[in-house]
Parts: sequence; C-alpha cells; structure tokens
Amino acid sequence: MKKTLTTLALGAAMAAGPAMADLVFPDLSYRTGPYAAGGIPFSDGYNDYFTLLNERDGGIGGVKAKVIECETGYNTEKGVECYESTKGQGALIYQPLSTGITYQLIPKVTADNIPLHTMGYGRTSAANGEVFSHVFNYPANYWNGASGVVNYLLESNGGDISGKKIALVYHNSAYGKEPIRTLEELSKKHGFELVALPVDHPGQEQKSQWLQIRRDRPDYVVMWGWGVMNQVAIQEAANIRFPMENFIGVWWSGAEHDVMPAGDKADGYKAVTFHNVGRDFPVFDDIQKYVVDAGKAAGAGDQVGNVLYNRGMYAAMLAAEAAKTAQEIHGTADITPAMMRDGMEALVIDEAKMAALGMPNFGPSFNVSCENHGGPGLVGVTQWDAESKTWSLISDFKPSDTEVIGKLVEEDSAAYASENNIEPGCK
Amino acid sequence: MFYREAGDFKVSYADDSQTFPIKFDRYRYYVVLAVAFGLIPFLINDYWANAILLPFLIYSIAAIGLNILVGYCGQVSLGTGGFMAVGAYACYKLMTAFPEVSMFIHVILAGGITAFVCVLFGLPSLRIKGFYLAVATLAAQFFLVWLFNRVPWFYNYSASGQINAPERDTFGIIITGPNAPAWATYLFCLIFLTVCALVARNLTRGTVGRTWMAIRDMDIAAEIIGVNPLKAKLTAFAVSGFFIGISGALFFAVYLGAVEVGEAFGIQKSFLVLFMVILGGLGSIFGSFAGAAFLVLLPVILKVVGVDLLNWPTDIVAHFQLVIVGALIIVFLIAEPHGMAQLWRVAKEKLRLWPFPH
Repeated sequence: MKKTLTTLALGAAMAAGPAMADLVFPDLSYRTGPYAAGGIPFSDGYNDYFTLLNERDGGIGGVKAKVIECETGYNTEKGVECYESTKGQGALIYQPLSTGITYQLIPKVTADNIPLHTMGYGRTSAANGEVFSHVFNYPANYWNGASGVVNYLLESNGGDISGKKIALVYHNSAYGKEPIRTLEELSKKHGFELVALPVDHPGQEQKSQWLQIRRDRPDYVVMWGWGVMNQVAIQEAANIRFPMENFIGVWWSGAEHDVMPAGDKADGYKAVTFHNVGRDFPVFDDIQKYVVDAGKAAGAGDQVGNVLYNRGMYAAMLAAEAAKTAQEIHGTADITPAMMRDGMEALVIDEAKMAALGMPNFGPSFNVSCENHGGPGLVGVTQWDAESKTWSLISDFKPSDTEVIGKLVEEDSAAYASENNIEPGCK
Repeated sequence: MFYREAGDFKVSYADDSQTFPIKFDRYRYYVVLAVAFGLIPFLINDYWANAILLPFLIYSIAAIGLNILVGYCGQVSLGTGGFMAVGAYACYKLMTAFPEVSMFIHVILAGGITAFVCVLFGLPSLRIKGFYLAVATLAAQFFLVWLFNRVPWFYNYSASGQINAPERDTFGIIITGPNAPAWATYLFCLIFLTVCALVARNLTRGTVGRTWMAIRDMDIAAEIIGVNPLKAKLTAFAVSGFFIGISGALFFAVYLGAVEVGEAFGIQKSFLVLFMVILGGLGSIFGSFAGAAFLVLLPVILKVVGVDLLNWPTDIVAHFQLVIVGALIIVFLIAEPHGMAQLWRVAKEKLRLWPFPH
C-alpha cells in the first residue's frame, strides 16, 4: 500500500470523519473531442440508470447512488487526473471507457484496492482473475469479438473460409491492436489471409487505407474503430462501393451515429455485439417515466435506446447488481471498494434477474468467479437497416473460440504476472 | 522598500555575478527550495502528486529544454513530442534490460540518447532556418512516432504496442510503478528539475549561452565576430534534447506508468510545450516554469471552479478551457509577446522603485 509520510496523522483524521453516505460511482466520460459521439450516449446511459435506481427504488439497498462525472476527453493524462481526484471520494468502481486509460489504471487500482470494470474493452487477458485480481471484463472481451466475427463468417460460408482475404481496418492504438494476435491465430487455424491496415488517431484521414482495399479486393473488411473514425470508414467504404454486408465492425463501431452520415449507402453494414439492441425493453419505459420526463436525464434525453446508450445502461446495471451482491455478502448497505470487488467476483446474472430488472433477454446469463473475470464471451451480430434506421440482431449470441482465446489469455496474463512479480492464484 | 540593491554590498566577483543579485530575490529562492524539498514531501498525497505537481515538474523540464532551443538559440522546433518519446522509449528499454540499475542512471542515459537523436535531427538547421526548420522538426515528430509504433523491438513485442513501466527503485526507494509513494516520485522529479534548471540557468549566462543568443539575434553577424554556428546550433540541440529526453523519461516512467506513443507523444504534445514556452516567455528560465504551471493548473482550476463549485456540465467546462487557452495565446502574442516572464520582470522593476517611483 502507498504511504505518505504523514499517513498516520491523515489516517487519524479520516477515521474521525463521518462515514460515506452515498455509493459513489465515478463516470470517466468524454463529451468533447473526436470520440465524443460514442462517449455521450454511453455516459448518458450510465448516469440515467443510477438516476432511475435513486428515483424508483430509493437507491441500491436503501443507499443512494451518486455518480461523479469527470471529463477525460479520451485522454490518458486527464483520465489519471480524474482517477486521482475521484478515488478519495469513496469511488466503488471505475469504468473509463478507454483502453488507453485502462492500461494506466490496471496497476493503480490493484494497489489502491478498487475494482475496475472494462466491459468489452481494456486488456483482454484481464479475464484471468488469478493474475488480474481487481480487473473485470465480463461479459465479453475483444478476443471474443474477433473470434465472433470469424465464426460468423465461417457460418455464412458453410464452415470454410480458407483462401479468403480479410482486411482489418484498425485504430492505431492499444485498442485497435488488441485483436490482431487473435486474428493471426485464427487465420492460421482457418486458413484465411489477414491484411492489417492501421488508421492513425483520430481517424479522419483514411483515403490511403481504402485505396489499398480497393486494390487488394478483400472478401471481407473487419473494423476496430472508435469515434469519428467509424463514420469516415463507412463513408469511404460506400465511396469505393465496397459491399456493406461484407463489412463488419466490432461493437464499438456499430452505433447509430456511425452509420447515419453515410445515409442509405450504409444499409447492410454489420457489427458484432454482446448485448441486445433496440428500445423494446420494459426498463426504458421506467427510464422515460422517472428520468427523462422528470427532467433528470444526464444528457438531452434523446439517446435513449441507442446502441451505446444501452451499453452504458447495461454497464451501470452490472455495477449496481455487483453492489447488491456485495451488500448481501457483507451484510452492510454501506459497502467499500474492497467489498465491491468481492461482489463483482461473486456476481451471478441469470435470466430471472434480468427479467425482474426489466431487461429480459438483454444480455447473457453468466457467473463471475475468481478464475474467470471474463464472462461467457457470447457474441451476436447486428445489421443496420438504413430505411427504418434501426439495428437488428441477425445472429443470436453464440460462443466464441475458447480454445484459441483461452491459450492466448493464459500466455498474455502469464507475461504480465512475470513482468510485475505477481503470484497467480485465488485468495 | 525591501526589493532593492541598496545596502547589499558585493565584495567579490563571484558575489557580483551570482544568479540573484538582489537579496530579497535570493532569500525568496531559498524559501522556495526549502518549501519544495522540506515541506511539500510531508504534505503531498496521490492527488496532488499525480494531478498537479508531477505534470508541473515534468513539463517544466520539457519547457526549459525547448526554451533553450527556441528562446535562446532561435531554432524553431515542433518535434518536442517526438523527442520526449525518444526519452520515454530509451528509458523503457534500459529499465527492462537492466532492472538492477538505479533509476537516476536510466533517466540520465535516456536524456543522453535523446540528445544524440536531437542532434541528428538538428543537422538540417545548419542549412535552413525559420519555417523551413520548423517543418523539418515536424518531420522528426511524425517519423519518431511512426517508428515507435512500427518497430516492435521498441515496445518489447507487447501485444498492445504500449510500454508499461515496471517497478524500479533508486537507493531502495520505489520510484516507478503503482506502489511508488507520492513523496518519492515527487522528490525524484524535483531533483531532476532543480539540477536541470541550475544547469540551464548557468549555461545561458556563460559563453555557450551567449553564442546561442548571438546566433538567435543575427547569425551572420555572429559568424563574423567568431561564433561557430555549427557548434552553437548543435550544442543547443544537444542540451535541449537532453532536457526533453529527461522529461520524456520521467513523463512515462514516473508520471503515467503506461504510454501509447501516438496518444501521449503526438503533435499536440509538441504544441503544448511550445505554448508553455510562448506563454511563459521566450528566452527565460522563469518563463518556462510560469508557462508550465499555467497550462498544467488552468484545466484543473477550471474544473474545480466549473464542475465542483458551480456544478456546470463537464463538457461545457472542457470547451471553455479550449476557448480560454486559445484566447490567452492571442492576447499574449498581441499584448505581451515576451510572455509572463516579462510581466514578472516589469513587476520587479516597479518593486525596486516602490514606494517612491519618481
């Protein structure tokens, strides 16, 4: 544990202070910069769900939830500043929505004993809870996503994609590079050819990448993009008349704002997902009634039901459920970050629970354990219909290639453990 | 009344040429050092270290480095981000290759490597000037970022292409990694800043500094009076690179702990440090401190006032910050091209005559 030279004096002062009254959920959001289009709906969903719990249920286990929003601009330095400024206020869990900030926070949260939940992003090998004691990435991670894409292509090609050419257009950062290792393994296994095309931050300039795609004529294009990069890529794909049904994005490249700018030309674009899409869930009626109509929405209230709004709400729901689990385990409503971690590790999400929350069939059922912080890794596929302006699920949630992924997780987490002198194991 | 030379008698040449000839200035300087070394380490916590003091100390080193190049030698550089990346990656490679060596040595070596790279990219400055040199250093910026992204050897073949600082110590005190105590990281950076500032201050007061300034003011005239432009320009690039390399190494190893080259050392970092130098004052060591403090503190103060006190939405505050920084740069360029250092200088002149200005 970190100690200042005056820890003793400070510790005495803190012990004398009053107990924390609220359950604090910091929201490291970004509503500015080139990634704001994705950051805004996610943050709105995250905030609105906790507002709903406060308004409808009087909080979590009788204690009000308090969301502290801190603008990171998807920038790691600001992310660190946000982390340091909020952690002293009793933060229970961090969800930075940025792989770069996640890499910063992994060692810090472990030292500070605060859990970190990186749902569908972050360091994939954090699925191995024996090494990453405070990092969770259930219910799915990047490598599940990469494998899900390949499985979907296998399925639509009758189980054989050998000799096909797949181009990966990726954000040239830790985030975009994450799937390459898995895709390389899978290309060996299934015999397809992988072409990786990096796009530099922020991604507005992609002419050369798409020129190369036009020349190479890959059978499929897979995209690992975020922010303004998605819109540009879809527009560029439309410009070179690349067939949209052969263009598949990861779950961060598949929201309404990504496809809208290309208009009708984006029709048929696909994206993988780990949770359901649309507005047809009872929980949205409650959000409309208690939050939006009451004028308590975090944003303009126009994002409800969007893909990323749903994801933010889903992230908040998983955090709230973990907090409830922690309250049950420890028998106290006023939980600490350490208790929250125990709650996350004992989290059970089943269909009955989801239905009771007004989200039937919204996401997978899963149990978190110390060995597995990564969840089941089920991946579905959605497709954009430009006419009705909706995403719809065209392939149900299916398991990914755990054989390949499991080995890679093992390898990468072992490397992290040896770099940082961590003794893997469950306490 | 207190701030004047009168009564402070200099009896030796050493006294006469000291950095702070005025007694009040000298005592103020000792008090600042005493507070920085003797008081703050006992009060510091993680928030103050990681959000305010470490970035301030590290950016100050970078700003001093860039100020030597731009402010003293007149060679415009837009490659600061790339050179900081060289320092960071050099430090990372050294840290992972020689884990038992003290961090002090790693950081100094990283500075040395950066100085070398900086001299290489400084070679064109012998033939080109002004805007053309700025473009040449801009090329260095993009080339270096591309290089560290492209060649896996630099990031030890990690899957994400990031570099992560492992836990390293000096004299048994942990300096890097999440378990490093706030006071240790703070003192570590403070020592580097103090030494760098002293070296820079004395270099700029001596022969080397005078040749730099001669080149800056008029290179042909300088050459005629016997200044060797090759030596003057390349020493400026070397010293500047050394400081910037140290700041890059500290930025990665001590402050952030994990770095992605495109995001942390992109072109916006070059501009940020350049803005620090311009706002603070070209050709002034104090200006480097003032500029760094201003641009590190401004977002934090705006956030505390806007979000925590006034409860404004976070995005409005973030946008305000862009507006305010932009407006300030324009205002300074028009109203006070010599930056905050000039304001300070004017204040000191006024103080000397106070309370009887006539």
